[in-house]
Amino acid sequence: MKARVHITLKTGVLDPQGKAIAHALGSLGFSGVEEVRQGKYIEIDLADTDQAAAKGRVEAMCQRLLANTIVEDYKVELVG
Amino acid sequence: MKSAVVVFPGSNRERDAVAALTAISGRAPELVWHRDTTLPKVDLIVIPGGFTYGDYLRTGAIAAHSPIMAEIKRAAASGVHVLGICNGFQILTEAGLLPGVLLRNAQLKFVCRDVGLKVETSNSPFTRAYNAGQILRVPVAHGDGNYFADGDTVKRLEDEDRIAFRYHAVNGEAPERVNPNGSLNAIAGVLDQSRRTLGLMPHPENAIEPLLGSTDGRGLFASLVQTLS
Repeated sequence: MKARVHITLKTGVLDPQGKAIAHALGSLGFSGVEEVRQGKYIEIDLADTDQAAAKGRVEAMCQRLLANTIVEDYKVELVG
Repeated sequence: MKSAVVVFPGSNRERDAVAALTAISGRAPELVWHRDTTLPKVDLIVIPGGFTYGDYLRTGAIAAHSPIMAEIKRAAASGVHVLGICNGFQILTEAGLLPGVLLRNAQLKFVCRDVGLKVETSNSPFTRAYNAGQILRVPVAHGDGNYFADGDTVKRLEDEDRIAFRYHAVNGEAPERVNPNGSLNAIAGVLDQSRRTLGLMPHPENAIEPLLGSTDGRGLFASLVQTLS
């Protein structure tokens, strides 16, 4: 199965890259862009067959390496 | 004082650290490769600047899980002093040896210039040769030096006198240039609870030769020599 992991900055943590993207979108004429927050998307192919066990393992991966939980939130989704 | 400098793929200031340690302690440090699983018996471990693993995922995140890091954690717990400079600071926060995190510079630019640095405490083995309040001139060179920690953590750092250095005006520079990366409370370097581990973004190892414009970084290494010899 495949794990899809979304990592985003926590609310309240300054995201200068998101701000720069929002600014560039405005320069390109895209109006009404109120805020941009940039994050990461990671896909992991897993040999697991048990959904619950896989979810637990991927969450452990997020805790230990994929996300820095001081400033980032993560969301795990399993497909297949 | 016996010291070791840890080298990861992508470290690039290990020679500068070796030069500074050799010049000031009179003894060349040992170089340790990140795949090594044992550390030489030393008083001080230095994690130098660089771009370990190309800054993939987050700065310092991959290096923080290198084999040698388990040994460094064990050594730190048993009383060995640890100094992380620039990328070394990022690695120490990712490894959980120091609180907080270094985010992308607020102005999104890599910053490479001399900055003013205020010694916030002389009560540490890294700063005892300085006077608290002394202003140093030391270079920085980083893209991710924006120190952040949650409010409780910052309060604890302030209350426990664990902020070693803060960015500070030097020679009347414009206020917006003083904090080069947007760090919370202008924090440039922090100590762990034992005060034996220090991480800082500026490069004291590059401020030891008059030819290069400043010798203000010497005091940090001199402090360690005083403490550990």
